[in-house]
Amino acid sequence: MSSTAQNSPNPLPLRDRMKIPRQPMPEQAPEVRAHNYAEVNLGYSPELAKQEALRCLECEKATCSQNCPVGVDVKSFVELIVAGDFLAAAAKIREDNVLPAITGRVCPQEDHCEGNCKLGRKVKPLGVGYLERFVADYEQRMGFHAMPKVAPTGKKVAVVGSGPSGLTVAGDLIQKGHKVRVFEALHELGGVLVYGIPEFRLPKQIIREQVDYMRKMGVEFETDVVVGRTVTIDELMGEEGYDAVYIGTGAGLPQFMGIPGEHFNGVYSANEFLTRINLMKAYKFPDYDEPMLDLHGKDVAVIGGGNTALDAIRSALRLGARKAYVLYRRSEAEMPARAEEAHHARQEGIEFHMLTAPVEFIANEKGWLTAARCVRMELGEPDASGRRKPVPIKGSEFNLPLSVAVIAIGTTANPIVQSTTPGLGTNKRGYIQADEQNQRTTRQGVFAGGDIVTGSATVILAMGAGRRAARSIHEYLTSGQW
Amino acid sequence: MFKILEAKFLAPGIKRFVLEAPRIARKQKPGQFVILRIYEEGERIPVTIENSDPERGTLNIVVQSIGKTTHLLNSLNAGDSILDVVGPLGKPSEIEKFGTVVVVGGGVGTAMAYPTAAALKRAGNRVISIVGARNKELVILEREMREVSDELLITTDDGSYVEKGFVTDKLRQLMQNGTKIDLVLAVGPIVMMKAVSEMTRKDGIRTMVSLNPIMIDGTGMCGGCRVLIDGKSEFACVDGPEFDAHKVNFEVLVQRNSMYRDAEQKSLTDFKECQHAAQPAEACVPGGR
Ligand SMILES: Cc1cc2nc3c(=O)[nH]c(=O)nc-3n(C[C@H](O)[C@H](O)[C@H](O)COP(=O)(O)OP(=O)(O)OC[C@H]3O[C@@H](n4cnc5c(N)ncnc54)[C@H](O)[C@@H]3O)c2cc1C
Ligand SMILES: Cc1cc2nc3c(=O)[nH]c(=O)nc-3n(C[C@H](O)[C@H](O)[C@H](O)COP(=O)(O)OP(=O)(O)OC[C@H]3O[C@@H](n4cnc5c(N)ncnc54)[C@H](O)[C@@H]3O)c2cc1C
Ligand code: FES
Repeated sequence: MSSTAQNSPNPLPLRDRMKIPRQPMPEQAPEVRAHNYAEVNLGYSPELAKQEALRCLECEKATCSQNCPVGVDVKSFVELIVAGDFLAAAAKIREDNVLPAITGRVCPQEDHCEGNCKLGRKVKPLGVGYLERFVADYEQRMGFHAMPKVAPTGKKVAVVGSGPSGLTVAGDLIQKGHKVRVFEALHELGGVLVYGIPEFRLPKQIIREQVDYMRKMGVEFETDVVVGRTVTIDELMGEEGYDAVYIGTGAGLPQFMGIPGEHFNGVYSANEFLTRINLMKAYKFPDYDEPMLDLHGKDVAVIGGGNTALDAIRSALRLGARKAYVLYRRSEAEMPARAEEAHHARQEGIEFHMLTAPVEFIANEKGWLTAARCVRMELGEPDASGRRKPVPIKGSEFNLPLSVAVIAIGTTANPIVQSTTPGLGTNKRGYIQADEQNQRTTRQGVFAGGDIVTGSATVILAMGAGRRAARSIHEYLTSGQW
Repeated sequence: MFKILEAKFLAPGIKRFVLEAPRIARKQKPGQFVILRIYEEGERIPVTIENSDPERGTLNIVVQSIGKTTHLLNSLNAGDSILDVVGPLGKPSEIEKFGTVVVVGGGVGTAMAYPTAAALKRAGNRVISIVGARNKELVILEREMREVSDELLITTDDGSYVEKGFVTDKLRQLMQNGTKIDLVLAVGPIVMMKAVSEMTRKDGIRTMVSLNPIMIDGTGMCGGCRVLIDGKSEFACVDGPEFDAHKVNFEVLVQRNSMYRDAEQKSLTDFKECQHAAQPAEACVPGGR
């Protein structure tokens, strides 16, 4: 680590690079953004991006890329930013990641690239996510350059589900010359990216543009098709003539806690709460028809500590909630949410109650929620997840007055496709069995990946699975070998 | 886009539509429903499939004007289209040879019960249908129900047609005159389904009701449609919509359906005011159509 890399556009010696502070992301002030739905982070300017890019040590062994689930060539794209060729930087990312504007915003970088950045041992890690977002947005503003058309292979692939894994498969296979049609149950494309993650974290326009771009490349989309109900996998591969099917249906089934009072008015699953707001745009009522409870002056709590929980409670705040609490049964160290989101949530005034769990919901005589009876927890022995198990403290019960409670304790597999596809193997939790390398299921010609195989995970992991599946589907279609 | 091929009022505020939806028409089974969204800013509402024609690729729905969305829907005509129609959703009705089946339809519930009544008849059951409505004008599907029933009984709340009374009066008469009933299917207003359920509970007559909670996706994703069955939460869109009436907690259903009353009221009032100002219906939705 004594000199600069050969042929690097970066003129600075390594020790000077470490002296540049991590460039902060410009963002809306907390007190302003807590009352609007616009994006929190505003994005780097070209100057900020170049300055940040200069910090890269250009390590020979790029641990950042090695720890990226899709292996984005971080060093190369950052060098291109230093050189000022932002479009080339975007193209470099696109070689491995078809949705950079999205992952740049929602990836848990602290677990992957940034968490393994050598800078991070001494100073703050390189802002890989911010840089990725910058070049992706830059490219989007410039208009995507058209992809060269590939000779058609005559093969047809059906993709079930339009979340990040399905979109990745579609984007990759269309570039191989296969005909691709994506079937989506909802009326919007994008999966969790549109119905789950709120506008203030991931503007829907970005997903729309990505989808439009894929349309231009030739991908066909059909919304309002619940595979298993509207058409089955067997019918797709039979009458409809598809040579292969990719299942990327996500883990969309909400879990409840099974405690008394979950049916009271004001108790929501995070999926319903977020779907009303994001997919149905209830935050724009009455311009949109979907209603939402009026949260002005109301106290709201979310139960859970993941991204979903934070998205829900920060949405509640923006809808006017007076008090907004996070109730999490473990401690802060175990919170699975992205670090940046927890930080933003605190800045906005969300109150975190760690080691706290509701045991019962309490309502008035009309069935409207008035409080959650909660219990304090302490951490005991490690459980199956390796994290210390929360154990209730006897006698610590208390009532927390609330008008709305949102349950965000996780989701499981939706059984519709599995139960209507004979011979499709599932594990004991109902997820689809697929090979970790080639994403093949137990049915010939049927591949699966993303949350429907792994359980709820992340956007980048779903995309990684999509990429492997696309490669494997192409191999199957060209070789005919199963 | 799903095209409306035909649209005709069956009664004041109750309209039947024939929609072009070939995929759904091919798969529909009695008891299943679709979820539709009329326009970009619209909400998603569930509506039972009254009939379908797989060859023609069409399905029928019968809609009663309740709030804004159904009023707007019922202002559409042949040639208009609906942005989204998804389905068929829900578990199909259980169809087998039970013996004697009483099908009770209240209001627009008659249209919802019709496909199941027809299938039960085809399966060799003796079908006795009881159709109830507030008045003569609101009696719908009389001819269709007669065709699939061994016996058709009609009641009107005000006595303006056939016989004054409630559907439960007729059911009680059947039970009292010794008719051996193997299954009751009741579809209609919640109060009606609850009354039927209480009446058959004592004699242990198997009774199914079709529940109508508020829904969004219809695929099990949101959990908003959860109903309390035997003390446990079930999702009406995937576990139902038909449930064993004797296990249903009707109070919770009523309570949950009241959740958005204020907002719904506002939507409807605004919509009606706009229509009143002699605007065409499509001008009364944000962004037009
Ligand atoms: C609120 C929330 C916030 C999150 N935040 C982050 C974050 O910040 N960073 C991160 O990395 N991850 C985050 N995640 C997790 C991430 O979104 C998921 O891991 C990822 O979206 C999974 O992608 P997927 O393609 O497997 O499935 P999904 O995104 O779930 O998409 C599946 C799609 O399939 C459709 N579908 C389902 N069944 C059928 C059917 N039978 N027929 C047709 N279509 C069907 C669904 O409607 C959906 O559109 C978050 C998740 C949630 C819920
Ligand atoms: C599985 C299922 C099948 C259905 N099939 C049909 C059908 O075939 N034909 C038909 O006309 N309707 C049917 N419905 C009911 C229909 O979905 C509602 O009437 C509709 O959603 C009301 O929307 P709206 O915007 O017009 O009224 P809203 O403004 O949403 O509601 C207006 C008022 O009606 C009440 N209300 C809300 N939802 C319902 C409901 N589900 N039933 C009764 N009252 C309600 C509200 O409490 C409110 O006070 C069905 C419902 C379900 C769940
Ligand atoms: S309508 Fe969303 S789960 Fe039933």
